[in-house]
Amino acid sequence: MENVYLGIILAPLIGSIVAGLFGKQVGRAGAHWVTNIGVAVSFILSAVVFNDVVFNDAATYNASLYTWLVSDGIRFEIGFLIDELTATMMMVVTFVSLMVHIYTIGYMHDDPGYQRFFSYISLFTFSMLMLVMSNNFMQLFFGWEAVGLVSYLLIGFWHKKETAIFANMKAFLVNRVGDFGFLLGIAAIAMYFNSLDYADVFKAAPLLADLNIQVIPGLDWSLMTVICILLFIGAMGKSAQVPLHVWLPDSMEGPTPISALIHAATMVTAGIFMVARMSPLFELSTTALSFVLVIGAITALFMGFLGLIQNDIKRVVAYSTLSQLGYMTVALGASAYAAGIFHLMTHAFFKALLFLAAGSVIVAMHHEQDIRKMGGLKKYMPITYWCMLIGSLALIGTPGFSGFFSKDAIIEAVHASEIPGSTFAYISVLLGVFITALYSFRMFFLVFHGKENIDPHTKKHLHESPKVVTIPLILLAIPSVVIGAIAVGPWLFGDYFGDTITVFKEHDVLGQLGEHYTGVMGFVIHGMMALPFWLALAGVGTAYFLYMKRPDIPGQIKAKFEGVYRLLDNAYGFDSFNQSFFAGGSRKLGKILWQIGDVKGIDGIMVNGSVKLVGWVAGAVRQMQTGYLYHYAFAMIIGLLVLVSWVLARA
Amino acid sequence: MSDLPLLSLVIWLPIIGGLVVLAAGASGNNGVVRWTALLSSIVVFLVSLPLWTGFSLTTHEMQFVEQAAWIPAFNITYHLGVDGISMPLILLTTFTTILVVIAGWQVIQNRVAQYMACFLIMEGMMNGVFASLDGILFYVFWEAMLIPMFLVIGIWGGKNRVYATIKFFLYTFFGSVFLLVALIYLYFQAGTFSILDFQAVPISMNAQILIFLAFLIAFAVKVPMWPVHTWLPDAHVQAPTGGSVILAAIMLKLGAYGFLRFMIPIVPDASAELDWLIITMSLIAVVYIALIALVQEDMKKLVAYSSISHMGFVTLGFFIVFDIYTQTGSVSGAALGMEGAMVQMISHGFVSGAMFLCIGVMYDRMHSRNISDYGGVVNTMPWFAALFVFFAMANVGLPGTSGFVGEFMVILGAFQANFWYAFLAGTTLILGAAYTLWMVKRVIFGEVKNDKVAALKDLNGRETFMLGTLAFFVLLLGVYPAPLLEVMHSTVDNLLQQAVTSKL
Repeated sequence: MENVYLGIILAPLIGSIVAGLFGKQVGRAGAHWVTNIGVAVSFILSAVVFNDVVFNDAATYNASLYTWLVSDGIRFEIGFLIDELTATMMMVVTFVSLMVHIYTIGYMHDDPGYQRFFSYISLFTFSMLMLVMSNNFMQLFFGWEAVGLVSYLLIGFWHKKETAIFANMKAFLVNRVGDFGFLLGIAAIAMYFNSLDYADVFKAAPLLADLNIQVIPGLDWSLMTVICILLFIGAMGKSAQVPLHVWLPDSMEGPTPISALIHAATMVTAGIFMVARMSPLFELSTTALSFVLVIGAITALFMGFLGLIQNDIKRVVAYSTLSQLGYMTVALGASAYAAGIFHLMTHAFFKALLFLAAGSVIVAMHHEQDIRKMGGLKKYMPITYWCMLIGSLALIGTPGFSGFFSKDAIIEAVHASEIPGSTFAYISVLLGVFITALYSFRMFFLVFHGKENIDPHTKKHLHESPKVVTIPLILLAIPSVVIGAIAVGPWLFGDYFGDTITVFKEHDVLGQLGEHYTGVMGFVIHGMMALPFWLALAGVGTAYFLYMKRPDIPGQIKAKFEGVYRLLDNAYGFDSFNQSFFAGGSRKLGKILWQIGDVKGIDGIMVNGSVKLVGWVAGAVRQMQTGYLYHYAFAMIIGLLVLVSWVLARA
Repeated sequence: MSDLPLLSLVIWLPIIGGLVVLAAGASGNNGVVRWTALLSSIVVFLVSLPLWTGFSLTTHEMQFVEQAAWIPAFNITYHLGVDGISMPLILLTTFTTILVVIAGWQVIQNRVAQYMACFLIMEGMMNGVFASLDGILFYVFWEAMLIPMFLVIGIWGGKNRVYATIKFFLYTFFGSVFLLVALIYLYFQAGTFSILDFQAVPISMNAQILIFLAFLIAFAVKVPMWPVHTWLPDAHVQAPTGGSVILAAIMLKLGAYGFLRFMIPIVPDASAELDWLIITMSLIAVVYIALIALVQEDMKKLVAYSSISHMGFVTLGFFIVFDIYTQTGSVSGAALGMEGAMVQMISHGFVSGAMFLCIGVMYDRMHSRNISDYGGVVNTMPWFAALFVFFAMANVGLPGTSGFVGEFMVILGAFQANFWYAFLAGTTLILGAAYTLWMVKRVIFGEVKNDKVAALKDLNGRETFMLGTLAFFVLLLGVYPAPLLEVMHSTVDNLLQQAVTSKL
C-alpha cells in the first residue's frame, strides 16, 4: 500500500509543479487537465485506501518514509499513519478538491492567472494530505504551515486588489499567532516525551498525566493542560476560533472556489482534525477540554449573530462557517470527537456546496456580491437554486439531511456533558440553531425569491451557469442530503473509529446517547420532537416573515437598536482593536526602539560618544604624551583597564 | 585525493586566483577578468567538495590536518584542520563566492578586476579563519579578511560609504584588540598558540571571566549581537550587492564560529557562569531587532535587521546547554539547540544571501532601495516575484525551506532550558512574518506603482541562475536536512562535553 499512499500525495504535487512552472508550455487546457487528473488519481487511490481501511478492516499503517533529521536522539521523520480517521479525511479532502478543480474550469475561465490558480489549488491538496496523513508532529506542522502558505497565496490571488493583499497578510499573521502556540506545544512534547511520533507520545501520555510543571515559578500547572492548550491555540488560528477568527471573513477576498475548498471544507477544519487526532492527550485534561468547549461555544453563537447583518453573499456564508466551526469545537470539548469529525465531514459537503452555489450566483450576476441587489433569481438559475436550497436545509439541520444528524449529535452530546462550561455551551449551541436558520434563509430569500433588485444590464445576460459549474454542485448536493443517514449509526454509535479516537469513560457522552439509539428513523423522529428542530423552523419562519412578508421591519429594528447594530457591524470591534493595538502598537514600539534605542542610544551615545570621548581623551593625553600613540587604540586599552578593574572589584 | 593539502588549497587558491585576476585586469579586458574570476571560484568550490565527501562522520577529531612550523620562537605553527562545525562553513564560503562573482558580472563596470580580486582574496582568508587551528594564524586571517571588505564597501559602495566603512572598522577593530589580548594571555598559560591546547589548559575562574568578556566583545561585534549591532545596517546599506551577500552569508558566521571554537571550549566555566548574559542579549536581538525591522523603509536595512534577529537564534542555541545541564545534570536536549544553531547559520547564509541578491536585482533596475518606490513588481517581473516570495517565506521560517529547520530545532532546544526562552524566541514566528510579508506586500503586490515599475524587465538568465540555485539549496536543506546534521553530530557531542567539563 505504501506506493498507493505515495501516489496519493505525489499526484497533486506533480500536477501543481507542471501547471505552476510550465504553465506557459502546457497552456490553459494543459494546466487544468494535468491538475484535474492529478487530483482525480489522488481521489481514486484514496477511495481504494478507504475501502481497505474501513470495509476490509485493514490494520493501521504506521511507518516512516524517510528520516528528515536526527538530533539529540530524537528522530524527526516523514511518514504516514493511515487509520479510519485519516482515511475519512483523505476522502473528504480529495473529493471536495476534485469538485472544486472541475468547478474552477468554469469559474476562472477568463482569468489571466488560470494556470497559477490550478497550480495553487493542487499544491493545497498536496499540503492538506501531508497534514492529515502524517504520523508525527513535525510533519503535521509542515502541512499546517504549508496549507497556510497556499491560503496566503490564494487569498491574495488577485494581487492588484489592495483589500486582497491586505487580507492575505492578515490571514498569515493571525495564523502565525496560533502557530506560535502550536510550536510551543510541540516543543513541550519533544521535551517530555523525547519523541514526536504520535504512537510513542500517545502511549506514554497516561504515564505523564499527573506531572505538574511550573511555567511561572511557584505555580503548578498540569503538563497535559499546558500541552493541550498550547496545541489548541494552533487550532484556534487555523480553525478560526475567537479571538483568532478575524482573518476568515477577510479571506473571502480570494476567488470563490478556494473559499469553498480551503476556507470552508478543508483547511479550516485542520484544527478540528488535529484535536480529534490528539484525543489521547486532550482526554487527560478536563481543564483543556473545558477551555475548548467554551471557546467553541463563544464562536458558534457570536459569529452566528454577525451572519445576520452581512449583505455580501460570501460573507454570510463565511460567518456561517465560523459558527459551524464553533459547533465542531464544542463537540471536541465535550469529548464527542466522533461527532466533531462527523460534522466536519457533512459540513465539508454542504458548505462547499453553498460556497460554490454562491459562486455560481456571483458569476451570473457579473461579480455582484450584494444580496440586496439580487432577488428572484430562482427562475433564472433553477439548478443553482435547488442546490442552494439543499445546502441551506442541510446547514440548518432539517431532519433527514446530513447536517441534521451531525448537529443534533453535537447538541445532545453537549447536553449530556458535565464538564465545566457545558451549560453555557448547551445554551449557545441551541440558540445558534435559531440564528443559523435565520441568517441562512434571510440570504436564501433575498437572493432567490421576492422582488428583483437586479441591475437591468446584468439581468439581460442572466442565465444558469454552464455544466462544468453545475455538475460539481449536483455531485456535492447528493452527499449533503444522504451522507448523514448513512454514516450516523457506525460513526457515532458504532465502532467506526475503533481505537483511533480515545474517550475516557467519564467523558463518554456519545456512549450515553448510543444507549438510546435505535436506528436512523428513530433518530429522525426523535429529532423532530426535540427543541433544535423547532428552533430551526422558527428561524426559517422568522426569516420568511421579516424578508418576504414585512421587509419594512428589519429597517425598523436596525434603527431602534442602533447600538447593537453598530456593535455587530464592527464585528465586536476585534479588527479595530487589533489594528490599533497590535499592528499600530508594534509599529510604534519599533519606531521608538529604533530612534531612541539604536539611533540616539547606541549610535548617539555609545558609538559617536566614544568617538568623541576618544578624541577628548586623546587630546588631553597628547599634552602629556609624545603623541605617537594611535588615538583609538589607546582609548580601547583604557577601556580594557576599566573593565578589568570593574570585574575584579566585583569578584 | 586525501594526499592533497586540501585546506591549504581552499585558502591559497582563491588568493592566487585573485592575484591572477588583478594581473589580468592590467590588460583592461573585462571579459577575461570576469571569466578568470568565475573559473577560479568554481575551481575552489570543486576543490572544497572532497572536504565533504571525504569527511569522516565518526570522529570529533580534526580532519584534513596540516601542520608546519611557522614562528618556532613563539610556538606559532601553520596548523590547519576542520571538524563538523567548520567544514560546512567552508563549503558555504566557496559556494557563495561563485554567486557573488556572477552577481557582479554586468553590474560592476568600474575597476572590475579589483572588485573580483577582493572577493576571491576574501574567500581565501575566510576559509583560513575557519580552518585555522593556531591562534595567531586565526588572528591574522581574522584581521586580514576585513581589508578587502573595507575596500569593497569603500570603493564600490553607496553615497555614505565612508561613514559606513569607518563605523565598521571602529567596531571590528575595537573587538579585535580584545581578542588579541586574550590570545596572548592564553599563550602564556598554554605555552603554544594552538587552539586545541588552549582548549585543554586549565584556567582559573577570574581569568576565565576576563577571557570570556574579551571573546564576547570580539565575537559579539561580528555576529553582531545587540547592542553592538549598529554597524551592520549601515554597512549593508552602503555595500554593493556582492559585499552584502558575503557580509550576511559568511562574515556574520565568523563571530558565531568564534563562540564555538574559542569561548565555549576554552572558558567553559565562565560561559556557564555568564550564559545568562548571552541568552539575554540573544533574546533582545530576536524581539527588539524584529520590531525595529518592522519600521524600516529601506529594504536592505530591513533585511540587515532581520539578519541580526536571526543570528540571535544562533547565539541562543549555542548557550542553552548550561541551563539544561544545571537542571538535569545531562546535556540531553542541548544538542538540538547547538545543531539547530549551526543549521540556522548555513540556512541564513543561503536565505539572507538570496534576499540581498533579490534586492540587488531590483536596485540594478530602479536604483532605489526604498520600499515606497516600489509596488506591484509582480505585474512586470512575475518570475522574480515568485522567487522573492519564496525566499521571503524561507526568511519567515516556513517548513519545507531551510529557514524552518534551524528555528524549529532551536525553539525545541530552548524550551528544554526554559519555557520563556522558547516563548520569546518563538515571537519571531509572528514578528518575522510581519516585517517580511509587509515588505512583500508593499514591494511585490498591488497595482503597478509608477512608470519605473511598469518598465521593469523580468530576470535575465544570469539572475535566474543564481537565484534558482539558491532556491534549490534552500528547498533541499528544508526537505532533507539529515546529511548536514550527520556531519555535525560527533563534533557537537564532543563540544557539549567540553562545555560542561570544568577547567578550573
